[in-house]
Amino acid sequence: MSRSPIAILVPLAFLAGLYFAVFSSVAQFLPALLNGLTVTVSVAVPSILLAYAISLLAGLGRLSSIAPLRWVSVVYIEVFRGVSLLVVLFWLYFVLPEFGLTLSAYTAALLGVSLNAGAYGAEIVRGAVRAEPKGQYEACVTLNMPPLRKYARIILPQALVIAIPAMTNMTIELLKGTALVSAVTLVDLTAAGVRQNQLTYRTVEIFSVLALIYFCLAQIVRFSGARLEHVFNRHLGER
Amino acid sequence: MANEKIRFEGVTKRFGALTVLDKLDLSINDGEVVTIIGPSGSGKTTVLRCLMTLESIEDGLIRIDGEPLNKMESEGRLVPASNAHLRRMRLKLGMVFQSFNLFPHLTVLQNCVEPPIFALGVTRDEARSRAQELLDMVGMGDKQAHYPAQLSGGQQQRVAIARTLAMQPEILVFDEPTSALDPETIEEVTSVIRSLAVKHSYTMLMVTHQIAFAHDISDRICFFDKGRIVEQGPPAAVIDAPTEARTQQFLRKVAQAR
Repeated sequence: MSRSPIAILVPLAFLAGLYFAVFSSVAQFLPALLNGLTVTVSVAVPSILLAYAISLLAGLGRLSSIAPLRWVSVVYIEVFRGVSLLVVLFWLYFVLPEFGLTLSAYTAALLGVSLNAGAYGAEIVRGAVRAEPKGQYEACVTLNMPPLRKYARIILPQALVIAIPAMTNMTIELLKGTALVSAVTLVDLTAAGVRQNQLTYRTVEIFSVLALIYFCLAQIVRFSGARLEHVFNRHLGER
Repeated sequence: MANEKIRFEGVTKRFGALTVLDKLDLSINDGEVVTIIGPSGSGKTTVLRCLMTLESIEDGLIRIDGEPLNKMESEGRLVPASNAHLRRMRLKLGMVFQSFNLFPHLTVLQNCVEPPIFALGVTRDEARSRAQELLDMVGMGDKQAHYPAQLSGGQQQRVAIARTLAMQPEILVFDEPTSALDPETIEEVTSVIRSLAVKHSYTMLMVTHQIAFAHDISDRICFFDKGRIVEQGPPAAVIDAPTEARTQQFLRKVAQAR
């Protein structure tokens, strides 16, 4: 995967323009946005890790030969794919207390975001495992590989490489989805921007900086994914 | 009569309405090298796949060393084999595939070392020294750190043979081991198989289209058509002087294609 020069030039030019045009006003609202950014990152990073774990479990669960595991996975995937993240967040934060389960805003945000993304990730994992050539399974049978080893050592390491581009996509979606956590009272990057806009009325500057920050975060994810894919594909050659 | 190693008793395999193996009876002695030839779609490969438990069979029984493979004895009756039974019986079997099926994310050495560790429970040191020995034997000792994608087809197939031998099987099954190879690399693979047939005591069952090679190494040739053995016997009989019209026709076509 080649790094497109546009991906680097555009934000640089954007930054330079912003610097000259609005330097004075940025100082007014930037600290508040950076606070929002730390909230966004502190929700996003653990959510990403949790979403990956859920993707793996639910994806493999759907492929399991044990029927109850399959049912649980299917129900989970269909419920969380089918219900909007915003509604899930409302449920976790406002509805669950009605049933005696109170979650902090942060916990609700983390759970909502990762359960939502995990449902998509599970389907990605399932697709990647299914894409594994039949010959690999047959080799494992004839070599008498125990089932756990077969998956841990042979099937998953190959399937996860296949899954990287789609998982990168999912991760970027998750990242942008964290903008919804303001619904459960967290002041994330977007919420901080909205609030600063009400205070300073620097609408163009604030939402330009906001767009730029999200774009840069997405680029970090994209670059990490491409890097991972490169490392893992080093030896695999053409398949 | 020598010890019987493998026995197919009335084995029938169907794919939907298509009968691929039709009440197959086949007995292979310990140390015997048997090659199955025949037109494509005749069920040759299916014989191997049923033996390797990669396919289930609708009817009949396969025995190895007299013990049922696809069934097992329970309270004096034959019941469908459990996974544990299949696992134990498969320890005697090793298969080399047409498409090699090496693990592409593992090095040549890892490909040969890991299966014995996980499936046989040998120590890593033991597995490693045995794998190195086998890789030397197939002429791949200097490529241990390479990944499969860095090797030619012939080299990959030789690694696959070493990986199969690392499991210490008694029976070797070759499914068209040279069909996916470039013509110039076929010889390096056939020479390895030849040395296995000549120098070692493996029981071997092979499917191949290399008629001359089959003639060279086999104790017996089985000509297959439509899921049945049409003709079998020593190469000098089946290949050089076939009696069945169907065999003669097939061998004529193969000779013309060359």
